[in-house]
Amino acid sequence: MRGTTRTVAVAGISAAALLLAGCGGGGGSDDAKKTDTAGKTGGSISVRGCNPENPLIAGNTSETCGGNVLDVITAKLIKYNDETAAPEMDIAESIETTDNQNFTVKLKKDYKFQDGTVVKAKNFVDAWNYTAYGPNAQLGSYFFEPIEGYADLQSEDPDGPDGPQKAPDPKAKEMSGLKVVDDNTFTIKTAAKVSNLPVRLGYTAFSPQPDAFFSDPKGFGDKPIAAGPYKLDTWTKNAEIKLSKFADYSGDKKANVDNITFKIYQDSGAAYADVLANQLDVTDEIPASAQIDAKYKTDLPDRNLQKPVGVIQTITTAPKSVDPNYPPEVRKAISMAIDREGIIKAIFNGTRQPATGWVSPVVDGYKPDVCGEFCKFDPAKAKAQLEKAGGFKGGKMTLSYNADASHKEWTEATCNSIKNALGVDCVATGVVDFSTFRKQIHDHKMKGMFRTGWQMDYPSIENFLTPIYGKGASSNDGEYNNPAFDAKLAEAAAATDAAESNKLYQEAEALLAQDMASIPLWYGTTTMGWSDKVTNVKVTPFGVPDYGSITLK
Amino acid sequence: MGKYIVRRLLQMIPVVLGATFIIFAMVFALPGDPTSGKCGERPCSAEYVAKFREEHNLNDPLLIQYGKYLGKFAQGDLGTNYYGIPVKEDLAKRYTITGRLAIMAIAFETFIGILAGVLAGVRKGRFVDNLVTVSTLFVISIPVFVIGVFLQYLFGIKWGIFPATVPSLEASTFSLILPAFVLGSLSVAYVARLTRTNLVENLRADYVRTAVAKGLTKRRAVGVHTLRNSLIPVVTFIGADFGALLGGAIVTERIFNIQGVGGYIWKGINSRDGIAVVSTVTVLVIVYLLVNLLVDLLYGVLDPRISHE
Repeated sequence: MRGTTRTVAVAGISAAALLLAGCGGGGGSDDAKKTDTAGKTGGSISVRGCNPENPLIAGNTSETCGGNVLDVITAKLIKYNDETAAPEMDIAESIETTDNQNFTVKLKKDYKFQDGTVVKAKNFVDAWNYTAYGPNAQLGSYFFEPIEGYADLQSEDPDGPDGPQKAPDPKAKEMSGLKVVDDNTFTIKTAAKVSNLPVRLGYTAFSPQPDAFFSDPKGFGDKPIAAGPYKLDTWTKNAEIKLSKFADYSGDKKANVDNITFKIYQDSGAAYADVLANQLDVTDEIPASAQIDAKYKTDLPDRNLQKPVGVIQTITTAPKSVDPNYPPEVRKAISMAIDREGIIKAIFNGTRQPATGWVSPVVDGYKPDVCGEFCKFDPAKAKAQLEKAGGFKGGKMTLSYNADASHKEWTEATCNSIKNALGVDCVATGVVDFSTFRKQIHDHKMKGMFRTGWQMDYPSIENFLTPIYGKGASSNDGEYNNPAFDAKLAEAAAATDAAESNKLYQEAEALLAQDMASIPLWYGTTTMGWSDKVTNVKVTPFGVPDYGSITLK
Repeated sequence: MGKYIVRRLLQMIPVVLGATFIIFAMVFALPGDPTSGKCGERPCSAEYVAKFREEHNLNDPLLIQYGKYLGKFAQGDLGTNYYGIPVKEDLAKRYTITGRLAIMAIAFETFIGILAGVLAGVRKGRFVDNLVTVSTLFVISIPVFVIGVFLQYLFGIKWGIFPATVPSLEASTFSLILPAFVLGSLSVAYVARLTRTNLVENLRADYVRTAVAKGLTKRRAVGVHTLRNSLIPVVTFIGADFGALLGGAIVTERIFNIQGVGGYIWKGINSRDGIAVVSTVTVLVIVYLLVNLLVDLLYGVLDPRISHE
């Protein structure tokens, strides 16, 4: 195997392991095919889709409707193992680093885009610079924050978004941390040490873009060209997106069926009815009516699955400067007063898993039960804990949510649980919509408790800690600030060994438990169903069906 | 007659203008932001929001936005929605589906409803009458989504006679039969009851007694002399119902995945897609006014005593 180019399963996130892969001497082999039951390749399937919110540009899509399609048609440096979410080399031949700050990326030769051009180093560097460049207003921009020189591509509007003045042009158009060495090599320099940078590179925003993209980014979004196993043939707005197998696909992600059609549904109930009638092959959303008493299991015997995905729901309390009534000890009491299992059963029909920590169980580095007794429902202990903390001084508690999605039921149930256990009044308060809700949190106008959810960007324990609880981090809504925690994160980011890095991240997570930085509620799961025409339906750790491995019976 | 139609058409202009302005102002006043939800679980970045608002003229004051919109509207341009698709194109596609669905539903309710109403009316107090009264009461009391989901399960999934949902492209007339029946079923009950009551009322009138005494057969007395003017309230109801159906039937559309007008408006309101909502509703107002005019003209046909001269 030495010297040949082939995919090597990378066990962890360690830079050292990736280095090993780079030398071509890996020990893992691609034996995922063994898990497939008999099924033939070829044929056509239809799957449930929803309307993409934005043009299909890899760097400009952050919601699932467009993301699901882009995920199938794009290839990235890294792909994630369907079962374990472990990163594996895709377009990259190797990603090497010795210090977790300077990375050298070597590309496989002759990896092809769907227009026949070869994926070169500049296709990555140009695409990343385009996405990161502030005035291009790409939604995936924030992914490039760790790269050196990112700040120079942004500019601040001098009088805020509502003012008449426009933001000046940023200082630079290219990130200083990205350098093309030759056609197949480029280097990445990060602003600080990042041990899991390679893991991040598998996210859609890091896709390369062909030269055709840069000449017409607007039109490109209607018929994107990428390097993945399927290519987009037609996109009929509001109706369907048709993909077909890319004959010259250079990678080794599976592509069993010849054609995949994303049929766009307005309602998951209609999609479900079509699966029952065998008119649709896969739906990745089971309507609430079919989840009652797990009805879908009798409707679709042996044709359903439920799997946890990288989503966690938490309750965050307003920073001390905004609302001083929720110190860590009170938060612990509140946490113990929440009957997670009861709420999951009553409101979600068992489609969530009670959280026992701050990190989703689907990622590498997950450790169970970090939260310990504080995440277990115990009304007596909760009450004792509240008395120990000196009681609640704010009169009544509030738990805010955005009323444009279905959060009312569970926030009310949670509040009831708290009220019954602690004897403190708790009110679930709706805020008109998500953006208003986020704005209130961001502007420090939101008092009391509010719901916070996190959907991972890439499968790493780090993604559940740094962006949410690091000092000044973009999603640190509770303004959690613990120098010991930040020190651990920095130490973990610098560790060159995967196990060591994960251990340090776990130690950091343990500090969250001490301070009850937020109140973990539950992990998300995804439920799917399929028709009796298809088999081998699996779900990726991102909660998306693994479209390429589906086969017809 | 011609003068009457012209007068009515001219009256429509201020109504349409007023309606568009009110809707425009209401959409403008809606709390919330069109970019929320465009970026998944995260708020959109400031750059994205700024660019979006710029592209869709959202930074202009209300009156200027309305003026710009009206200028385009007068030229037949309904603008593009926030997904970059021309509203006209979307509406044209959706109206071919909603229109067919509405006509089929009206056909169902007119035929079955009037037939049941006449049968009940002429046999007042007998078994058929009681059957119609009880069964229509039963239908009225069931919410439409229950009927929809139940029939979808029975005919679409269990027996497979009709497609369970309507294909979003090229919705065939065959696939629309089931949803049209569901849509029409509720109104069947009203049509039957209205017909019955009016028929019973009119059968007692002097002129009917005279007609029968003159030696006309019962069939002719009822069919020609009584039914025709008993249908005036029924036509009013059907006209209003037709207008409402052309405005889309959100619940039925969602159950059967029909790409109709109702779902379009619902989605437009949800994503604060002002242009899509205002344009669609404006077209709806016009459609409604035209249907009403048609109903008024039909009165004259049904009852010569009502004249539009």
